[in-house]
Amino acid sequence: MNPGFPLLSLLTFLPLVGAAIILSVRGEEKVVAQNARWTALWTSLIVFLLSLALWFGFDKSSADFQFTEEVDWLPDFGIGYHMGVDGLSVLFVLLSTALTPLCILASWESIGTRVREYMISFLVLETMMVGMFCALDLVLFYVFFEGVLIPMFLIIGVWGGPRRVYAAMKFFLYTLAGSVLMLLAILWLWYNAGTTDIPELFAYEVPRAVQTWLFFAFLASFAVKVPMWPVHTWLPDAHVEAPTAGSVILAGVLLKMGAYGFLRFSLPLLPFASAEYAPLIFTLSVVAVIYTSLVALAQQDMKKLIAYSSVAHMGIVTLGIFTFTPQGLSGAIFTMLAHGVVSGALFLCVGVVYDRVHSREIARYGGVAKVMPGYAVLFMLFTMASVGLPGTANFVGEFLVIIAAWKVNPWVAAGGASGMILGACYMLYLYRRVIFGKLEKPDLKVLLDLSPREYVVFAPLVVLTIWMGIYPSSFLSFFEASVAALLARHEAALNVAKLAGM
Amino acid sequence: MFVGAIFFPLLGAFICGFFGRWLGDRVAQWTTVLCMVLAAVCGVSAFMQVAMGGHPETVLLLRWMDVGGLQVNWSLRYDTLSVVMVAMVTFISTLIHLYSVGYMSHDHTIPRFFAYLSLFTFMMLMLVTADNLAQLFFGWEGVGLASYLLIGYWYEKESANKAAMKAFVVNRVGDLFFMLGVALTFLTFGSIEFPVIFAAVAQHTGDTYLGINAIELIGVLLFLGACGKSAQLGLHTWLPDAMEGPTPVSALIHAATMVTAGVFLMARMSPIMEYAPTALMIVTVVGASTALFAATIGCVQNDIKRIIAYSTCSQLGYMFFAIGVGAYQVAVFHLFTHAFFKALLFLGAGSVIHAMSDEQDIRKMGGIWTKIPVTYLVMWIGNLALAGVPLFAGYYSKDAILEAAFAAHSGVGTYAFACGIIAAFLTAFYSWRLLFLTFHGKPRADHHTMEHVHESPAVMLVPLLLLSVGAVLTGYVFAPYFIGEMEHDFWHGAIFNGAHNHIMHAMHEVPEWVALAPTVVGVAGIALAFVFYMLAPGLPRALGNGLRPIYLFLLNKWYFDELYDFLFVRPAMALARVFWKVGDAKLIDGMPNGAAALAADVGRGAVRLQTGRVANYAFVMLIGVVIFVSLFLYSLFKGA
Repeated sequence: MNPGFPLLSLLTFLPLVGAAIILSVRGEEKVVAQNARWTALWTSLIVFLLSLALWFGFDKSSADFQFTEEVDWLPDFGIGYHMGVDGLSVLFVLLSTALTPLCILASWESIGTRVREYMISFLVLETMMVGMFCALDLVLFYVFFEGVLIPMFLIIGVWGGPRRVYAAMKFFLYTLAGSVLMLLAILWLWYNAGTTDIPELFAYEVPRAVQTWLFFAFLASFAVKVPMWPVHTWLPDAHVEAPTAGSVILAGVLLKMGAYGFLRFSLPLLPFASAEYAPLIFTLSVVAVIYTSLVALAQQDMKKLIAYSSVAHMGIVTLGIFTFTPQGLSGAIFTMLAHGVVSGALFLCVGVVYDRVHSREIARYGGVAKVMPGYAVLFMLFTMASVGLPGTANFVGEFLVIIAAWKVNPWVAAGGASGMILGACYMLYLYRRVIFGKLEKPDLKVLLDLSPREYVVFAPLVVLTIWMGIYPSSFLSFFEASVAALLARHEAALNVAKLAGM
Repeated sequence: MFVGAIFFPLLGAFICGFFGRWLGDRVAQWTTVLCMVLAAVCGVSAFMQVAMGGHPETVLLLRWMDVGGLQVNWSLRYDTLSVVMVAMVTFISTLIHLYSVGYMSHDHTIPRFFAYLSLFTFMMLMLVTADNLAQLFFGWEGVGLASYLLIGYWYEKESANKAAMKAFVVNRVGDLFFMLGVALTFLTFGSIEFPVIFAAVAQHTGDTYLGINAIELIGVLLFLGACGKSAQLGLHTWLPDAMEGPTPVSALIHAATMVTAGVFLMARMSPIMEYAPTALMIVTVVGASTALFAATIGCVQNDIKRIIAYSTCSQLGYMFFAIGVGAYQVAVFHLFTHAFFKALLFLGAGSVIHAMSDEQDIRKMGGIWTKIPVTYLVMWIGNLALAGVPLFAGYYSKDAILEAAFAAHSGVGTYAFACGIIAAFLTAFYSWRLLFLTFHGKPRADHHTMEHVHESPAVMLVPLLLLSVGAVLTGYVFAPYFIGEMEHDFWHGAIFNGAHNHIMHAMHEVPEWVALAPTVVGVAGIALAFVFYMLAPGLPRALGNGLRPIYLFLLNKWYFDELYDFLFVRPAMALARVFWKVGDAKLIDGMPNGAAALAADVGRGAVRLQTGRVANYAFVMLIGVVIFVSLFLYSLFKGA
């Protein structure tokens, strides 16, 4: 791909073209719906195929931003249209583009009303997600970061379950409230540094006194998105009410935005505050792991259980990021990717039986293995992946994070690792109640095993889960250089201050 | 050959698991058996080359992780220690596959069973051939998964599901410590590859962590991990419940292979353990206590499989205290012989259960020895080996362990010796109690069952007979290599004994009575069982009534399950509910929801303000202007 080719912009805005096409089709409702499905699928597939260019074209040895594009936007204010990816973000772009077609495929039959609008929302969502990970300008980032909320709000609020409006509002207000503070931080940066260009901002040194304020302003926004304890309660509600595909994207990509924010802004821009408040993050993370794992144990709703498990897993991620070690950061990023695949797959697993029985209540099920053996195998695989069994994706990340955490503080490591036990408890308890046991309920006896379409949806996730577990190097190598550069910069900043202090 | 031994079982599991439905039961199961035979051929020839020929090798497969100095590979380490395990695992697993063909013939999902069994074998082989702690952990967790799946194989039974989950979760408790041990190893050595660690141990003996010697701490953490998998005191509760699985599973996983993984780990880490004397002391005490504790429970249980399960637990205790006194070779030797006779006992018990129409309670058996003579014979052989009667396999290894414990001449060593001798007596007692109650006396089963008592088919008897040969011969044949004069050449440095550790020589120079004691107490135990259950059958009942509290204490397994339920399970569930209903719903959600309600109220209040009277609006506007102007002026003055 020649350097001038605006690949990232294409990836970002191509879904909008698809959305426009869907919008322009008129006619009988059924035809329109079918048309919308196919258009959305093809658009997202093309985007995915194009994004593969990132996989092959990305120079892994460099920590610089690649595939960059720069256009003046508001030159008077120092705001530009700047896109680019580095090791930290490139795989998240791929994750977004890979999950979207799967989500569209997963909603093929389960969404029956307002299909056209649904597909448009999804394509817009894809634009926002990809844009967010590619943006190299704070304002641009903010626009995409907030823009994600709108289609997601609609997806939950329109196609969700019975309490969808409450959940959608809660989701929206929580995330928006946090973001307001981030906006203030962005304004401060712009005002004082004179630019919103992220690579340029890296060179700007934020005064130490201000770092704390900015750190907390960013934290307010990112902590909600991650979500960290105690601002996590919007997530279970949002997950429960969202349609399956909505949950997949929510867990798979949206939750990663907060942690990505930490990596992109908090660590490089605010090294002191990050180092100073790492213990706070550790505390919150460990509490998140133990607290939400226990809460997950008590859940009677499948989706809620998996939602709580997400919070616990994200606790591992934030823990890893703030260890400031190569293992910790790589482990955190890897856990984010792995969690995106595995918990997305778990939500799809719930969706499979929900589509058939229309209930998420665990007690409604039992003995499903008898009639759906193929499903039982898949569910087992993803359950084990979620538990962090070696050989599956999650293990690598958790392992690296725990090793890194031990360096910092063994109690933090032990706390984080206790998620291993609790995770096994709640996931196996879930599996046992749904899949095992006697098949007694009459309506379950006639359930059909996975359809070919469902197998197609799961296949890439299965491959990824095992691939990432057995040969994680092909993913780890993407962000190795960037992580090393990030840490080098972080340490240099701290050292300079130490010297200056002497 | 090296790769084949490991990956043939995986191939079998794959074919059988994914194509079993198309292949049909017979083809699928024989495919796995064939793969296992190939693996066993590879395994045994690897044993010949590596252990007998003295050519250790490491096969590199793939780079696993490489993150900031942490490098981990997928590779197969073939030294004597691992090749002993590989040969043993592939051989016994093959026999158990064969046996299962007969035992599981009435099952509805045969391919699933064989796929699990082969998968387990693969994971176990990955565990023993690991060249680093991460791959070992992969196998470690993999066997845990297979064990979970196989215990819960009859998933329609609630008790089986419960037992499966218990096994997994209890194992995970151990795994937590294992993981922390791995993390500390990395922190101390900067690597988790065995060659690197082992070469560097001597330089790190002085390292401390949190004021504790780092090597000691690693030793303790890894031992706690081993406790989970090997069902040592405290983390043993899952093993008896694991008997919910089909009997071949109990034989393979919960007797011969998986549960010995902890012992293997300790032997593998011998270069570290040798520098961790305190950790070794803990190992000794826990191992000795487990040996005695499990034996006491074994004496009063009534389920034929549970008796053998407690016996396994007790024998694992022996292996651990052998490790604890520094006699790793002896521990591995006992592991090796134990695999044969314990698998034999389990499969024999399976044959009994098969014959008795799935009855497992020995109180409802009796008087069947003429009807199933082959089974009867092999059970005798198994028990003779277990009790350590001379010339049988167990005699060589168990005696050696007790001699080593005695020869340690330390406080904990003597404690272990005492526990071991008492446990040996109890072992002989409960083994013959089982034998007499099961096969002799008057038939206590109902007429219908007795009519159906039949000897097992040849496909089950052949493995039994082969294992019997092992239970008789392995001790005599292999003792010189494992623990005798050829020990040094045989191990070829796979196990490390520190410069101060002379246990391997000292154990051969103990007083005469020490060498004789196990045999004497063993015969005494048999005699007691004979008196209790053949001569005076009323005696045990009278004793049980007379010492009722003790009897109940033992029957209820020292109340460990109840204790854990009280200490962990209930509080966790209660806490979970509190966190959810109070923490999340009331406290955390309460604030934003309260804020929302407040906002709504304010909104309603604001509605009331809109009175529609122009004068009111004008007044409010005026106040607003005043405030703004004063703010503006204030900032102006401040600026000036």
